[in-house]
Amino acid sequence: MTLEQEPPAPEPRPALTQKERMQLKRVDMPEQEPQIRAANFAEVNLGLTEQLALIEAERCLQCPKPYCIDGCPVRVNIPQFIRLLRDGDVKAAAASLLDDNALPCVTGRVCPQESQCEKVCLRAKTGKSVAIGHLERYVADWAMAHADELARSPAAQAGKSVAIVGSGPAGLTAAGELVKRGYDVTVFEAFHAAGGVLIYGIPEFRLPKDIVQAEVDRLVAQGVKIEADAIIGKTYTLPELRERFDAVFIAVGAGLPVFMNVPGENLKGVYSANEYLTRVNLMGAWDPEADTPLLHGQRVVVVGGGNVAMDAVRTARRLGAASATIVYRRSHDELPARAEEVHHAEQEGVIFEFLVAPTEVLGDENRWVTGIRCIRMALGEPDDSGRRRPEPIEGSEFEMPCDMLVVAIGTRSNPLLTQTAPDLEINKWGYIVTDEHGMTSMPGVFAGGDIVRGAATVILAMGDGKKSAESINAYLTGNWPPAVVEPEPAHAAKPAAHERPPRPAAAGVAG
Amino acid sequence: MHRVLTNEQLSPNVYRLVVEAPRIAQIRKPGQFVIVHLGHGAERIPLTIADGDPEAGTISLVIQAVGKSTFDLVELQPGDVIAGIAGPLGKPTELPESGRVVCVGGGVGTAVILPIARELARRGVRVTSIIGGRSREWVILEDDLARCGEVVTCTDDGSYGRPGFVTEALKDTLEAGGIDEVFAVGPVPMMRAVVALTKPLDVPTTVSLNPIMVDGTGMCGGCRVTVDGVTRYACVDGPEFDGRKVDFDELADRLTTYRPFERAALERREACKVGLKTGERGGVAAPAAAGAAGGAR
Repeated sequence: MTLEQEPPAPEPRPALTQKERMQLKRVDMPEQEPQIRAANFAEVNLGLTEQLALIEAERCLQCPKPYCIDGCPVRVNIPQFIRLLRDGDVKAAAASLLDDNALPCVTGRVCPQESQCEKVCLRAKTGKSVAIGHLERYVADWAMAHADELARSPAAQAGKSVAIVGSGPAGLTAAGELVKRGYDVTVFEAFHAAGGVLIYGIPEFRLPKDIVQAEVDRLVAQGVKIEADAIIGKTYTLPELRERFDAVFIAVGAGLPVFMNVPGENLKGVYSANEYLTRVNLMGAWDPEADTPLLHGQRVVVVGGGNVAMDAVRTARRLGAASATIVYRRSHDELPARAEEVHHAEQEGVIFEFLVAPTEVLGDENRWVTGIRCIRMALGEPDDSGRRRPEPIEGSEFEMPCDMLVVAIGTRSNPLLTQTAPDLEINKWGYIVTDEHGMTSMPGVFAGGDIVRGAATVILAMGDGKKSAESINAYLTGNWPPAVVEPEPAHAAKPAAHERPPRPAAAGVAG
Repeated sequence: MHRVLTNEQLSPNVYRLVVEAPRIAQIRKPGQFVIVHLGHGAERIPLTIADGDPEAGTISLVIQAVGKSTFDLVELQPGDVIAGIAGPLGKPTELPESGRVVCVGGGVGTAVILPIARELARRGVRVTSIIGGRSREWVILEDDLARCGEVVTCTDDGSYGRPGFVTEALKDTLEAGGIDEVFAVGPVPMMRAVVALTKPLDVPTTVSLNPIMVDGTGMCGGCRVTVDGVTRYACVDGPEFDGRKVDFDELADRLTTYRPFERAALERREACKVGLKTGERGGVAAPAAAGAAGGAR
């Protein structure tokens, strides 16, 4: 923490020269001490103080050609909100941020900034990038605390209705964009509460649930309707929705868990990450008095190296596991998880077993899991994903004891919706096929997020939600097909999500 | 929000709730289930839809009170509300158009059999229902099933109907011949025993499974069962499967995962009740033979 080092914020502050800006050091995010937080569910990152935020805002060079915007899947005007913040107008900064991003409190916490906006920040070439994510969170949290001041008057009614299937990051983003344009938006959610992976998947210590709820409430206040307990493909079919609404956006995610397909996976004590995290997060089973039961492992092994694996292993640690181990078949460098999550997990005492793959789940006579049999791996030639392919080392088998096993090696598409929509084109992995505007093979039906691209990140799903909302607006206003997809052609074009094949499911998270 | 219209006690621990669920009432088919969520902090409970009235916009749920959450449900009174009912889930039963079918129901499983028997009777299939309970008071839905065809009622203690288990009555019926198909729903040991009879005779046998479940849409994988050596999800691939191919040992075992937790939750609930509302609602039976049917359905 840098609280002691920071200079007092001068008032009024003279404008700094670029040279002076370059000399400012990146501020550190204040966080809970690892030993303390490893036993609680409170948020790890505490958020920047006003002073820290203002110092960090001064570090932004306000580049004339800001690469950071290109690095952001929802194209937040980053220099603008940072400049407004720096100039002392946090309300204008918040309004600017909210214009671009429907869920800034979420993205400020869970985005992999180091591989997006901060990666292309000019300052990263010679040192540390501007802490864009920390600043986004600061401004977004201010906006949430001052929601009344930022309340928008309802948009003029466009007289058209849109159904959104799924209330995860893609669905909520699209809902926010469309309600802003005056559409009558109804979001259908299969669970009893809205938020998708933001509430069932990402744990409280990384993304507090009252923050997700506040983001949802903000959308509802703007006029978005949410119909919970509605499973499209069961409660209603897609063709029915298409009849009832002028357009449909499918954002159901990639909901089915992938298992390892090794013997013993149905032993008691083996969870999919989906099940484990849903019990803890959505159903509140971290509380021992909750109605939904949960196993509390003492020696927990989590298989996988993505964000979901980190969430699961850190959750197990907080729920009392004496040892919590990540088993990953590649090495540290290939971990797909956000760098901060890996770092936090290490600080919290999580053990990492790299270049190891399970070959069997072992159990006792009562069919409770007692361990896993593993084989060591070596990295060979790069595979299709460009990462070096792990190959088993013959004769290197060994056993690792555990009393709970969580499988977090990715997810795949759920066929519930597509089964009842014969006209909807899907690919061989069950993901929905869309054109460059996000429209499916059914006119007026759009899709985005994991159900199109395969298991990915919150922010990529949000990018799809935003882009699809623009397409839906073009479709419903008779400007179809839209002439220009990228809003600002001056920026270097990045490959559109829809132009890339979705990664095969199993490779999604754990790779 | 779903209002409870009626709550009728069918046996010492089985209740029939009629609740508002207009959309589900309209489209549900035999064999399908719903996930019921009582409200904030409550568990999500899978329950088979026992009946539905599309005109009244209601469905009936037959619930066996075995754990904390099911006790909470069966104590609901007319006018109370259930926060969420999601469905209809699972694949509908694949029913024959003709022939002769035996429906075997054990305990609360009888409620799962009822919509199947009713639809079969409507199609003109000859239905024999074999149902049972420990003693007379545990037999449920006999009158409803009698409207679908012949009913053989068995009690373990011989206090009513034919003495002995449903499987003994089934054995006699199968031996008499002419049975094209069997549907069996009940505790795992009962379904296993039914399959032990039908498999050697090569009689197609459908069972409805009630494994542990969270979402009911395929996303948690908690309900995985091994069928013909392959892992399937009961919520989306089932809940009905060819009983001759189900790994009942694994199913029975996985159902015990949370036993200690369930006992503790029930004890907390009872302690809470004793402290807060002694003597209220005397109709609720003690947790009889914990886990008689393995789960809520």
